[in-house]
Amino acid sequence: MSEHHINTTEEHGHDDHGGMTVGKIWKVFGILLLITVIEFIIALWAIPHHHITQQVGNYIYIGLTLLKAFYIVAYFMHLKFEKLGLQLVLTVSFVFIIYFIALMLIEGNYLNAHMPQA
Amino acid sequence: MDSLSQLDQVKTTPWAGGRSPWNVEYGKLMMWFFLLSDAFTFSSLLVYYGAQRFTKFTWPAPDKVFQSIPGIAEHGAPLVFVGIMTFILIMSSVTMVLAVEAGHRKAKKAVIGWMVATIIGGFMFLGCQAIEWTHLHHDGFWWGSIPTNPNELATFFNGPVSPVAAHQFANLFFTITGFHGFHVFSGVVINIIILCMTINGTFERRGHYLMVEKVGLYWHFVDLVWVFVFTFFYLV
Repeated sequence: MSEHHINTTEEHGHDDHGGMTVGKIWKVFGILLLITVIEFIIALWAIPHHHITQQVGNYIYIGLTLLKAFYIVAYFMHLKFEKLGLQLVLTVSFVFIIYFIALMLIEGNYLNAHMPQA
Repeated sequence: MDSLSQLDQVKTTPWAGGRSPWNVEYGKLMMWFFLLSDAFTFSSLLVYYGAQRFTKFTWPAPDKVFQSIPGIAEHGAPLVFVGIMTFILIMSSVTMVLAVEAGHRKAKKAVIGWMVATIIGGFMFLGCQAIEWTHLHHDGFWWGSIPTNPNELATFFNGPVSPVAAHQFANLFFTITGFHGFHVFSGVVINIIILCMTINGTFERRGHYLMVEKVGLYWHFVDLVWVFVFTFFYLV
């Protein structure tokens, strides 16, 4: 019981529990814009000029996309300032999507190798 | 101490009942759960798109399909127009957070101003998407149809040409961006309703601007989905 209690007070004592100030909002906006600019540099310069391959580029795109998703969900949607329980409920659920992605990509690879291509 | 007085003690732990264990208002929690289910729907669509792409040995190249800026350049400007669309949506997401922030301060005028900006951003995005759809439709793409001339179709591929892949691309592009556009549209409608309620002073009388936060969650989610659609349709 007492352990529980300590936990809740800790969460309440979380830094900037009040949320987002105007300055912080613009900072997150700057980060999102910067990530998008990097994506454009990769798409319009790095890949066409063969500095990196499309394959490597794709992994970077997906990484940057997840980073952008983190900033939107954590700061704009305020999830970083919610309680741990809610954070876990809303993020751990995506384990099903990861499983689904793995399934479909394996299936896609199999079909790619075995289907007559026309 | 007898057991009865122990039962009478006020329970203070989060899950002891009598209050929200997560410190989240009911409507806001339900919005989160709705968004979670909506995220599953969008994920399914995008995962299917990915699986189709993996299956095919070739696929229409994004920098060939999307290379016009309406009214400025017909060809040779890959990704610029969608870049503008992305910027508009991120921008409108920022104005939405600013509206929420103003709501925390109970600054009615500021909420109204930022909500109006958000709605304008939403309409601008929808307008851009309409132009994008029209452009692709003129190229010959639509649900179930692709350019009939093989030479014309070949201009959208970097390597080998596949009508089946082009069909899949067209169907999935219009379905997924259409479903996203529908979300943007409903978001704009909900934003307008909330704007009217703010102007009427409903939230002022209520004493809090929680409704602005709830529609804010929805609006950011729409932006979030676009981040993924943008990556998988236009970049990868």
